[in-house]
Amino acid sequence: MQEGKEFQLSRRGLAIVTAAAAAATGGPPAAQAQTGAAASPPASAPAMEKVSLVVNGQRHALELDARTTLLDTLREHLHLTGSKKGCDHGQCGACTVMVDGRRIYSCLTLAVMHEGDEVTTIEGLGKPGDLHPMQAAFVKHDGYQCGYCTPGQICASVAMLAEIKAGVPSHVSADLTAAPQLTADEIRERMSGNICRCGAYSNIVEAITEVAGRQA
Amino acid sequence: MRPFTYERARSPAEAAAAAQRPGARFIAGGTNLLDLMKLQIETPAHLIDVNGLGLDRIEAAPEGGLRIGALVRNTDLAADERVRRDYGVLSRALLAGATGQLRNKATTAGNLLQRTRCPYFYDTNTACNKRQPGSGCSAIGGSTRGLAVIGASEACIATHPSDMAVAMRALDAVVETVRPDGTERAIPVAAFHRLPGDTPHIETALEAGEFITAVTLPPPAGGRQFYRKVRDRASYAFALVSVAAVVQRDGTGRVALGGVAHKPWRVEAAEGELPRGAGPAMAAILEGARPTHENAFKVKLAERALAAVLAEAKG
Amino acid sequence: MKFDTPATRNPIDQMRVVGKPIDRIDGPRKTTGTAPYAYERHDAAPNQAYGHVLGAGIAKGRIVSMDTAAAKAAPGVVAIVTTLDMPPLAKGQTNVALLFGGAEVHHYHQAIAVAVAETFEQARDAAAMIRVSYAPEPGRFDLAAAAKDAPLSSGDSEEGSGAPAEDRVGDFEAAFAAAPVRLDATYTTPDESHAAMEPHASIAAWEGEKVTIWTSNQMIAWGKRDLAKTLGIPAANVRLDSPFVGGGFGGKLFLRADAVMAALAARAAGRPVKVALTRPQVANNTTHRPATIQRIRVGAGRDGRITAIAHESTSGNLKDGKPETAVQQTKLLYAGANRLTSLRLAELDLPEGNAMRAPGEAPGLMALEIAMDEMAEKLGLDPVEFRVLNDTQVDPEHPERPFSQRQLVQCLRQGAERFGWNRRNARPGERREGNWLVGMGMAAGFRNNMLTKSAARVRLDREGVVTVETDMTDIGTGSYTIIAQTAAETMGLPIEKVVVRLGDSDFPASAGSGGQWGANNSTAGVFAACMKLREAVAQKLGFNSADAVFAEGEVRAGNRRAPLGQAAGEGGLVAEDLIEYGDLAKRYQQSTFAGHFVEVGVDAFTGETRVRRMLAVCAAGRILNPKSARSQVIGAMTMGVGAALTEELSVDKRLGFFVNHDLASYEVPVHADIPHQEVVFLDEADPISSPMKAKGVGELGLCGVGAAVANAIHNATGIRVRDYPITLDKLLDRLPPVA
Repeated sequence: MQEGKEFQLSRRGLAIVTAAAAAATGGPPAAQAQTGAAASPPASAPAMEKVSLVVNGQRHALELDARTTLLDTLREHLHLTGSKKGCDHGQCGACTVMVDGRRIYSCLTLAVMHEGDEVTTIEGLGKPGDLHPMQAAFVKHDGYQCGYCTPGQICASVAMLAEIKAGVPSHVSADLTAAPQLTADEIRERMSGNICRCGAYSNIVEAITEVAGRQA
Repeated sequence: MRPFTYERARSPAEAAAAAQRPGARFIAGGTNLLDLMKLQIETPAHLIDVNGLGLDRIEAAPEGGLRIGALVRNTDLAADERVRRDYGVLSRALLAGATGQLRNKATTAGNLLQRTRCPYFYDTNTACNKRQPGSGCSAIGGSTRGLAVIGASEACIATHPSDMAVAMRALDAVVETVRPDGTERAIPVAAFHRLPGDTPHIETALEAGEFITAVTLPPPAGGRQFYRKVRDRASYAFALVSVAAVVQRDGTGRVALGGVAHKPWRVEAAEGELPRGAGPAMAAILEGARPTHENAFKVKLAERALAAVLAEAKG
Repeated sequence: MKFDTPATRNPIDQMRVVGKPIDRIDGPRKTTGTAPYAYERHDAAPNQAYGHVLGAGIAKGRIVSMDTAAAKAAPGVVAIVTTLDMPPLAKGQTNVALLFGGAEVHHYHQAIAVAVAETFEQARDAAAMIRVSYAPEPGRFDLAAAAKDAPLSSGDSEEGSGAPAEDRVGDFEAAFAAAPVRLDATYTTPDESHAAMEPHASIAAWEGEKVTIWTSNQMIAWGKRDLAKTLGIPAANVRLDSPFVGGGFGGKLFLRADAVMAALAARAAGRPVKVALTRPQVANNTTHRPATIQRIRVGAGRDGRITAIAHESTSGNLKDGKPETAVQQTKLLYAGANRLTSLRLAELDLPEGNAMRAPGEAPGLMALEIAMDEMAEKLGLDPVEFRVLNDTQVDPEHPERPFSQRQLVQCLRQGAERFGWNRRNARPGERREGNWLVGMGMAAGFRNNMLTKSAARVRLDREGVVTVETDMTDIGTGSYTIIAQTAAETMGLPIEKVVVRLGDSDFPASAGSGGQWGANNSTAGVFAACMKLREAVAQKLGFNSADAVFAEGEVRAGNRRAPLGQAAGEGGLVAEDLIEYGDLAKRYQQSTFAGHFVEVGVDAFTGETRVRRMLAVCAAGRILNPKSARSQVIGAMTMGVGAALTEELSVDKRLGFFVNHDLASYEVPVHADIPHQEVVFLDEADPISSPMKAKGVGELGLCGVGAAVANAIHNATGIRVRDYPITLDKLLDRLPPVA
């Protein structure tokens, strides 16, 4: 593996001579960057697409820039801001919603890919004063701190319990062929797609365990 | 994300035909493609949504194996009773990968086509031969802890991030495709992923517009099956090293590795060493490894992970 | 209210509401997704456009030119603002790097432009169309290389930790040389990212010369001051509003680029603009906890008593930045007559290093508490007993200063008892369960308690409802709830009769959220305002305030009673006050203490470490709400596990940036990494601290955890790793052989 190798950094059609090698070796930087000659990307108008979604039981007919994710559709177009944008790259879980009953990251799917789909967001589970049992359990067990990952955690946990019920195994299921058990380890593994930087995990598991116990 | 036009394909043939449009890409789960489009690492001009094509069934194959539709979601494949019973390594690999949310979306074909997690590939300010052929490789001499230890080139030291593909490699799966001209072919998974060589941007054997319709598993390999994924945090992380193994009662078996190369790494010729233990077997499997200072540990880790698997197989 | 003598009995001591594990009053909003965070304030201003920030693509150098033609012509684009369009903006008082620095690039992903468009998708695309030509310059990115020549430098992070460049007591060198048992070891901690779940975000709207920023910020008054300074406008023309903050951990203490970009973009666009940093920008655009190289020397007699202790830390930062004050706790935690601490600062061209949760103590204890474990081993002493032996009840550098409260020994003893510490095998590497090597580790936790003035306004209406207004923030800490408890307690109301409004710079300036000072100081400020309101109520109703009892929504004295609301009248009754402090903090050392206990399993084959049990026993003054305080501690313990095992911003020492700048590659703990966690609060009320007799706890929970994990790994495997994070590659070569 060589260090200090000359190479070029590039940024979309724009070549920049960098001093990376020079920086590493203490040598002189490149005197002058050169601007790339590549043509500008076309300033094409966004393709608008029609899509119809059923969100929390309510049908919405929308015309959207095809690039609009399901998450941004909820947050920016329907003003359902309960679903959060923590990373926009499927790396945190704050955007978790249920589509036709299954939990997904709404940041990694386009709204137009969900024609006719039933979407359930945190707003569809319960409201202040009329909390879903999982929401109430999160309050009781202090299963949150800043609250930003919380809607995602709650949506994920509701769908997760359904997955266990449906017999979907997990990474920590000891016996693949047996029905999965409702243990703390199972809950932890299955909820690992929802990061909580405040670190409320221990309490979240207790909240979920209580709700699962009541359902069982 | 660059603008694109969008269509929903109604048949595999229609999809393959549409794929001849310049800059066209298929989209199924979208969990990798959209991630990369947001960073303009992928800039398709046209998206062909193939989610409406069916291809979401797992059927008994005539020769005794299973034929998995290209659009079977990772969750459903992992949970399929036949897979759990006869192809445990595949179920385990799927469940070790990503998260419940991602597995609900990610498809069988899409998982095979996942692109590398090399951090330089992900940062468009840096040179990357995979992202922009000829621009150079920033990873070489940089932050390489997660990168390849074998089969890499002067042009690229990226790894393939899939867990599922590693299990499929151990199971000798076959990828079925249809080309834009309507002809079909079957590509063994062994020949599906490529080493980087001078063309790290070409990652698979697929031709332009070629569309994956299914993955076929041969009849069950029997034995005890393991997928040992080693990673820093306990979940929701890519493998530092993973070992997919099928171990027979007599100690023979098959081993494929994840996290070490540009493709799932399997050396059939080395598998004869398995009965002699993890040390000799891994020495043969990783013969010719050229790790960096930062990722040299992967060689030892692979050996020890295999030792764990073999110990469990005996126990 | 001036607090300059120790607190005597006051209404808080009733502990009817304060001290109870009340569910958070903001819980129903947070769990239903109806608590509005910065980027979500659709209602705040009409016709919002979307801004997308472009970060510099090099670490150091100069922007030669920026071509915005394509971006300006792109669909939906409203405005493109580049840093070359204006002189470099002034620097906020708490900023090290310029947030919009003109042609000079000081660090990777420093903001250099913002694209404004009708939609998010259009703005993101337009930002990427801006063509930038750079003249890069060589930079210094390698702390280890720069450390050799790093000069001494005093440190005082804005979050309250401070230490002089060098401090000596007695003659360390001589005492160390003479000590029969000695340790001289060097430890390293990596750069870490706060990685709050909510990326930095702001909406800006101008009305004439005045700008309002709906933002996500821990310290409203600092943000207001620094935005005004940066934009060159009077502070009176700036309003910040931040009622909900999606995590901060120090990353949102300061004005950051999102607010500045939103303000500039809104001015250019002539309409409100909202801006959020993308996740991949957060690590390099904002601040981080700087890496450290820490040399620790401890000398002790054979009896285990420390005679000499030295802690020298080197960290890096941009020009004009400050060192990580990692020696802070070593000045105060253990006895020893001969002492040396020093801080060195290397100038680097990496992004700005600044406060992250428990700056100073968090990385400092990661090193010191391994050193203590190593010394205990050398001495053949139990790690708990070694620490107990070296306890001090006075500031060891200034023995005339006692600690206001110091229950470290009790924390350690009770922790050991509860954790089953006596079952720990003192010989490492000998407990095995299946494939797991199992070990226990412990560490002392220590974090100072800081006092800072804090104001609040309280308003009583005729329904007997008290509304509290203060610019205090709730970053997950429970501020809403403990403030409501404080007002309810003081005014004799049920908590349902208190409304709390936070985070608006139009409200009286509070302590803000940082340095674990928020809870004690902000509630003390609310207490002060409520005491003033009681006075006004008594006067209005004709009570002698000294006799008046405030209980159950009434004011009572003798046989007379009146509902509280009666005092409000039509217009309501308002009182405003602040808590400010005398010299008690000088006369007494105020600190918080913990004993952290951890059990780990280390996979004998692969070296993967998984935490199996965790316990923290904390002594931190009066616990205002045991439920939310416990959450602060378990959250901090979780962050400590991340720091011990996985978290490291990986530096590309050639290109000069943090390579793993997203949440897939910068690994913070997930559910599966964290076991059930136990927290115990010792009974304590500290009358030296404030009328609340409380102290902070949110950072204490982190302090020491990393070392407890490291020590547990040592106990499990016999392997001593002094470089964090303790990833499996650092264990692999020394694990037992496998067949």
